Amino acid sequence: MSVRDKVVLSLMVGIPLLGVLFFIWFPAVATVILSFTKWNGIGGIKAIKADGVQNYVQAATNYPPFWPAVRHNVLWLIVFLVIATPLGMLFAVVLDRNLRGGRIYQSLLFLPVMLSLALIGIIWELIYSPNFGLLNNVIGRSGQHNLIDWLGNPHLNLWAVLVEACWRQAPYVMVLYLAGLKAVDPTLREAALVDGAGPWQTFWRVVFPTLRPINVVILVITVIESLRAFDLVYITNGGNNGLELLSVLITRNIVGQVSRIGFGSALGVVLLVISLVPIVTFLVMQLRQEKRS
Amino acid sequence: MTTAAPPIERAPSRVVTARHHKTPAGRVGAQVFLIVATLLWITPIVWAVYTSLRPYHETAKYGYLSWPRHLTFDNFTTAWKQADMVHYFWNSAMITVPAVILALGFASCVAFVVSRLNFWFNIPLLIIFTAGNLLPQQVIITPLYRIYLDIHVPHFVSSNGLLYDSYAGLVVINTAFQVGFCVFVLSNYMKSIPHEISEAALIDGAPVWTRFWKLTLPLCRPALAALATLLTTWIYNDFFWAIALISTGNKRPITSALANLQGQFFVNQNLLAAGALITAIPTLLVYVILQRQFIAGLSLGSSKG
Repeated sequence: MSVRDKVVLSLMVGIPLLGVLFFIWFPAVATVILSFTKWNGIGGIKAIKADGVQNYVQAATNYPPFWPAVRHNVLWLIVFLVIATPLGMLFAVVLDRNLRGGRIYQSLLFLPVMLSLALIGIIWELIYSPNFGLLNNVIGRSGQHNLIDWLGNPHLNLWAVLVEACWRQAPYVMVLYLAGLKAVDPTLREAALVDGAGPWQTFWRVVFPTLRPINVVILVITVIESLRAFDLVYITNGGNNGLELLSVLITRNIVGQVSRIGFGSALGVVLLVISLVPIVTFLVMQLRQEKRS
Repeated sequence: MTTAAPPIERAPSRVVTARHHKTPAGRVGAQVFLIVATLLWITPIVWAVYTSLRPYHETAKYGYLSWPRHLTFDNFTTAWKQADMVHYFWNSAMITVPAVILALGFASCVAFVVSRLNFWFNIPLLIIFTAGNLLPQQVIITPLYRIYLDIHVPHFVSSNGLLYDSYAGLVVINTAFQVGFCVFVLSNYMKSIPHEISEAALIDGAPVWTRFWKLTLPLCRPALAALATLLTTWIYNDFFWAIALISTGNKRPITSALANLQGQFFVNQNLLAAGALITAIPTLLVYVILQRQFIAGLSLGSSKG
C-alpha cells in the first residue's frame, strides 16, 4: 500500500470517525460525568462542582414529575411490545398471503410511517378535539355537558397519545416484518403444509424460528423508539399534565431559563442505562453473525 | 372441494398447490380484516383532508361532522401565505439536502474500508458507528447543547458564529446521528459485492481511491438511492434536534415550525389541517414516487445482519 493510499484511507475513516466521536460519543460520556456534578451552565467549565449522587437522589425523591415520567415510559414500552408490534406482525403475516389487493392495503397502511410525528400529533388533534373532533361527534359526547377531553384529561391523554404512536409504529413493524417473511425459503412452508401442518402451526413452528434475526431487530427498534418518544407529547401539550416522559424532562432542564446541567444529565443517564440493554443485545447478535460469515 | 378437483386442473407449481389447501373462509376472513384495518388506518388522514377542504364558516354553522356544501382549496392558499411556508420549506431544504449528502458520503467511505479491506479495527469501528445511531437523542442532548453554545465557527458557516441556533449546527448533528445507520447498511451491502472485482484492480495496482470511487461505489447505487430516500424523509421529519438546538423561531425547519402553526391557527381547525397537510407534501411525493426505494432502505437496514 503506497503512502498516498494510507493518507487517503486515514482521511476516509478519520473525518467521519472524529465527527461521530466528538458529536455523539463525547456527549454520551459527558452526560455520565456531568450527572455527578452541579452546574448551571454559567461560568465556564471551572464552575462545575462535584456533587456525588445528589442529582440522582433529588430526581428520585424531590422531583415530582420523575416517577410519573418513568411510569409513562414503561407503559409506552409495554404498549409497543404488547399491541403495536404484534399488530404490525399480524398485518405482515396476513399481507404475506398475497391476497387480492394486497399491495393497495399495504400502501395505505404504510402511509403514517411517512408522516412526521409532529404532523401526526396535529392530525389526531382533529380527531380528539373535545368540541370539534371526529371521535366525540361520532359517539355523541361533543355537547358542553358531556364532553370527553381526550388530550386534556390526565387519566386519558397518555392512552390517547399511545393510540397515535401505535398508529405509526404498527405499520413500521409491518414493513420490516414483511421483508423478513418474503425472504423465508418457500420450500420450508411447502414441506410443513405437505406434512399436514395448519397455517397457525406452520407460522409458529416453522416460519417464526427462522425469523430470529429480524425478530431481534424489531425488538430493538421497539425498545429504542419507546425510549425516544418525545415529538408526540411535545406537540400535544409540551409534555405536561399526564404526558410527562423522561425525554421531555431532560429537554426541559437544559433548554429554558434555568439550566440544570447536572440534573438533566442524571436523567439522561437513566435513559442511557435502559437503552444500553437493547443496544448491547443488537451488537452481540451482529457480532455473532459477523463471526459466522 | 379442492381435493375433489381433477388433477388436470391443479396449478402447475407446488407452491400454488400448497396455497390451495387454505380454506376459502380463511381468505375471506383475511380480506375482511385487511379492509377493516385499512379503513380504520386511513380515517385520521381522510378526516384531516376533509376538514382542510371545507370553508370555516360552513363547519362553524353545520359542525365538522356534516355533509359538504362546498369544497375548496382556499384554506391551503391562506395557510401557505399566512404561515410564510416558503420560508420554512427553504429552511428545511438548507438542512436536509447537505445533511443527506454528507451522511451518505462519509458513510460510503467508512463502509468501504470496513467491508472491503482487512484491518484489525474494522469491527470496533463498525460498533462505534452502529451503536451511536441507536442512542436516544436525549441521552446526548445536555452536553451537546453546551458544546453548541461554546464552539465558535467562522461566520460563513453560521451567521451568529456558533453552532447553536444555526443551519450548520443542525446539518452537523443530523449527519453525525444518521451516518451510523448508513455505515451499517452500506457495509452489509458492500460485503455482498464479489471480492474478485477489487482484487483484479489490486493486481493492476489501482490506488484505493479508484477502487472506492470507480469500482465499488457505482455498484452501490441501489443501496445509495434507497438510503437517500430514507434519510431525506427522516431528516425532513426531524422535530427534536430543531426544537432543542434552534432558538430563533424563523430559523426552524418546517416540521418543528408545526408547533408555531398550532398556536397561530388555534381557533381555525380547517386552516390548521391545511397548513399541517402542506408540510406532508414532500414526504407524500416520496411516498408516491419512491415508495419502493423507501421500503427497500428499511429492509436493507433490518434483514441482512
